[in-house]
Amino acid sequence: MKKVLEVNNLSVSFDTFGGDVKAVRGVNFELSEKETLAIVGESGSGKSVTAQSLMRLIETPPGKFEDGSIKFDGEDIIQKSDKQMENIRGKDISMIFQDPMTSLNPTMTVGKQIAESLIKHQNMSKKEAHNRGIELLKLVGIPNPETRINQYPHQYSGGMRQRAMIAIALACNPKILIADEPTTALDVTIQAQILDLMRGLKEQTGTAIILITHDLGVVANAADRVAVMYGGKVVETGSADEIFYNARHPYTWGLLGSMPKLENSDEELHAIPGSPPDLLDPPKGCPFAARCPYAMKVCENHMPDYTELSDTQKTACWLLDERAPKVEPPESAIVGGSKAND
Amino acid sequence: MIDQREKLLEIKDLKKHFPMAGKTVLKAVDGITFDIYKGETFGLVGESGCGKSTAGRTIMRLYEATEGEVDYQGENVHGKKSAKELKKFNRSMQMIFQDPYASLNPRMTVKDIIAEGIDIHGLAKSKQERLNLVNQLLETVGLNQEHGNRYPHEFSGGQRQRIGIARALAVNPEFIVADEAISALDVSIQAQVVNLMRELQEERGLTYLFIAHDLSMVKHISDRVGVMYLGNMAEVATSDDLYHEPLHPYTQALLSAIPISDPEVERSRERIIIEGDVPSPINPPSGCRFRTRCPLAMDVCAKVEPEWQEYTKDHWVACHLYNDKYNEEHKARQAVKN
Repeated sequence: MKKVLEVNNLSVSFDTFGGDVKAVRGVNFELSEKETLAIVGESGSGKSVTAQSLMRLIETPPGKFEDGSIKFDGEDIIQKSDKQMENIRGKDISMIFQDPMTSLNPTMTVGKQIAESLIKHQNMSKKEAHNRGIELLKLVGIPNPETRINQYPHQYSGGMRQRAMIAIALACNPKILIADEPTTALDVTIQAQILDLMRGLKEQTGTAIILITHDLGVVANAADRVAVMYGGKVVETGSADEIFYNARHPYTWGLLGSMPKLENSDEELHAIPGSPPDLLDPPKGCPFAARCPYAMKVCENHMPDYTELSDTQKTACWLLDERAPKVEPPESAIVGGSKAND
Repeated sequence: MIDQREKLLEIKDLKKHFPMAGKTVLKAVDGITFDIYKGETFGLVGESGCGKSTAGRTIMRLYEATEGEVDYQGENVHGKKSAKELKKFNRSMQMIFQDPYASLNPRMTVKDIIAEGIDIHGLAKSKQERLNLVNQLLETVGLNQEHGNRYPHEFSGGQRQRIGIARALAVNPEFIVADEAISALDVSIQAQVVNLMRELQEERGLTYLFIAHDLSMVKHISDRVGVMYLGNMAEVATSDDLYHEPLHPYTQALLSAIPISDPEVERSRERIIIEGDVPSPINPPSGCRFRTRCPLAMDVCAKVEPEWQEYTKDHWVACHLYNDKYNEEHKARQAVKN
């Protein structure tokens, strides 16, 4: 499949009063057409900064691209001028955010907000843009689009606002849709509706999706491939099946183990002790070493290289070095097995 | 064995209405009935706006009930009480809040935050005793004594929630309402806090009312679970029963909407996707409130409010499908459809 995006050694830092926060420290990944890549991680892992970098939404200063490249259509996004970026944002790459209330403009009707990018990027007339807006609202499943298009965001419910955001993002048939925690603020029943909608749209329009989330359930539902981020780095990446059934990084194990399973509730949750590293002064070695139950001396001082476990799976962990002791994943991290009990 | 359980709280037809502009009334909680047993964790779930937080707050008398009763060890919480009686009662019920950033006073040291209840209730006779109590509490929740001298902003979300728990424990309560206490935390930290709450329950015999929208976490932590929809209780059952045999169509839809962290299961799963949004509690639908989104709604559902019945032992539900009178109608309809 054709690659639409290649991110190489992306490094982003922020100048703060306390010093440079190294939020993203050498991130690599690719995205192919019609693919959904999930970027998973906890708050502070750098997943949102990575996403915002792809659209150059990082304000510079205080933000700074320290290193690396983001190749879109063969050209580096980081090198583009602001003017050039305006032609990419909303047209080739668009984004939906976590909180639809704060990311929609409360003083503009939803219709005007959809029309904005159509008029700018596709030179549509106001009338054409209005009609296309109605089509888009219909596409994302908003009832009575003819009336709804003239309403303001506060007249929409939470789920409908998120649908409207998706309609705006899809207006110009982008090649890449970045969804930053698109369902986190929504109730589960609405979340199920939105995930369903995104899957359907991907099949219809062929847009590649980058899904930023911390919810492994959402990942299992929607992702083809997964990148697990921790402390500003991608520690493991692979197909969804590889990450859930054959993870090799202790942090991925920890994440899988700390999710409550619906089938059995008697055992204790496998919490990861401690808290994430301070990226003002990131650890020299593996960022997870301080919380890792298998940490060795080498982990503290040297960042491990990626070990290629398959064509798609890459893991950065010293345990995969041939000199390291063999460690099997803990039972808590094993997904499936008990699923036949209903 | 189950019948020997001691009821700690009996909630009887509890209602909490808020007057709105004009003459409208927002019926946040509109007649819920259930018991909470001593030493158990009762989970309360539902979507935003279903009234679960209002229910929790009304049970604690943070809100005055509009109607109905909350009996705590046989005594009505909302009955007439002198300031002294109220104080005693307040000591036995504590709350842990959702937002660990907003619920701790940023201008007080952690030590003083935790000791506030100790001071109010005069539980420490000397400064030294107060300090000892605080240090013990800090240790209980997995923090250091030295943390007591710091301010809330110096802590991470998970640590702040531990401080909130220490504050709640300071007055030796019997009953703790945890309102979305872990929702704002990262998954790996959520697990830490949940495990801590479980340990404390075993050590101190605490009873929890655990309010959350995350059904899988509620299922994990609770002995019994209540599902609320638009101010009403739809179903109450032990968490195993609720998961394996959900009766109410809303519970079924809610369970089926939770994404499970297993790609194979997700690929093969049939979802019940319920359409639309939760209606407004100012003007809720007549009859059963879920009927506007219910895939199995019948004619009767718009006319008659379903009865709250114990359908099987310890499994309560409010749905006409489980009423023999109306169930025939349902069967007939299904037959026509097929």
